[in-house]
Amino acid sequence: MSSFRCPECGYTYSEELGDSREGYAPATPFAELPDDFVCPDCSVRYKEDFEQIVEQT
Amino acid sequence: MTVYTATLQNGAEISYVDRKRWLWLLSVTYPLQALLGILFHHLSGQQAWLLLPLALSYILAPTLDWILGEDRNNPPEEVVPQLNEDHYYRYLTYAVVPLHFVALIVAAWWASTQNLNWWAYCGLAIIAGMGSGLGINTGHELGHKKSRLERNLAKIVLAVPAYGHFWIEHNRGHHRDVSTPSDPASSRMGESIYKFALREIPGAFKRACEIEVERLNRKGSAIWSYENEILQSFAITAVLQISLILAFGWQMIVFLMLHNFFAWWQLTSANYVEHYGLLRRILEDGKFERCQPHHSWNSNHIYSNLVLFHLERHSDHHAHPLRRYQSLRHIDDVPQLPSGYFGSYLLAYVPPLWFKIMDKRLLGLSQVAGDLNNVNIDPDRRRSLFARYGQTDLQQTTGGSQP
Repeated sequence: MSSFRCPECGYTYSEELGDSREGYAPATPFAELPDDFVCPDCSVRYKEDFEQIVEQT
Repeated sequence: MTVYTATLQNGAEISYVDRKRWLWLLSVTYPLQALLGILFHHLSGQQAWLLLPLALSYILAPTLDWILGEDRNNPPEEVVPQLNEDHYYRYLTYAVVPLHFVALIVAAWWASTQNLNWWAYCGLAIIAGMGSGLGINTGHELGHKKSRLERNLAKIVLAVPAYGHFWIEHNRGHHRDVSTPSDPASSRMGESIYKFALREIPGAFKRACEIEVERLNRKGSAIWSYENEILQSFAITAVLQISLILAFGWQMIVFLMLHNFFAWWQLTSANYVEHYGLLRRILEDGKFERCQPHHSWNSNHIYSNLVLFHLERHSDHHAHPLRRYQSLRHIDDVPQLPSGYFGSYLLAYVPPLWFKIMDKRLLGLSQVAGDLNNVNIDPDRRRSLFARYGQTDLQQTTGGSQP
């Protein structure tokens, strides 16, 4: 599972943990987030802007 | 004196002193101006003194902006992390939260116990509202941060002007959609502030509710529950304002209606001048380009920035929404308002004057290059504006669409 980071503010979406506040359950792949997903913290970077930062086995 | 030091990549040492450090206290005390009017009324017995804050905002502030001028200095980027971690600055934003409650409660008490003339009563309600409108500014600074404390303080202070949905609306809606035709909080060329208010106030509330309902549905949580972050803030509003009515009588209903409306009007005024006519381009993927510094109007005027937690350095704020107020930068070659916000509000309140001054500035921006097709235009004025400037509307000729 991977994590994806907003290049503007550093918000990190962990596929392992999901984001309970935003309603994304643990183990929700980043690819399954809505197409119109924007960074929950800064709202100025779109889904395709996020950078994959960790690749775990 | 606090000195920040850092080492540059070339090994050179730099030091920086924030000359505005103590002047930011003005942002803490400015919302208390209703109390200044009350003090002078108490000392003189003249009810007209209650209106003093109107003069402070609309005569003194533009005059001081004109006299003191602009400040284009930026802290060196190398010391910004230290500046951000200096908790003094955030303590100021914490300190102003209870002061907003104090200002409203004291103004309500004074209005209901002093046998005021109708105009003094209404004037005090409006001035208290203007002070609480600054609470939206305080909530704005706090609500953009990641810490739970700051976010909770934002929700608490937004309860004073009864604008608890702002935190969600602004952060998740306005910042996403800014300077696009669909944003109710971005004003359009040819749209007066009065027409804008009728679109912005209900539109912002609707968008906030949609965003929060979507989040709660994803979580599987009930809309009418404590988890609803809009309801959290409005619950505090209900306790506060019902308590004022119970304590000071039914006349408080009129007082609070005026107060709430003029608090919202402060935000409407700010939103109106911050993005007038500016338009983000549509990219090949059909999405709008990311928000750039040239998608906001700015002012570097010293005084009004000092009483508004640097809100007028708006380009840097929209490009980097989490950046703390003490670190916001002047950026060269971005749209500049003719005055600080308070002077700009006065222009906006007289639409023909606003259009005369701002339309020329708007069309003169490098990203617009005099082409109305690069402007966010009021659809009702679109045909007449293109005709007036003798230009061809590409939306008409190509059937251009918006995402």
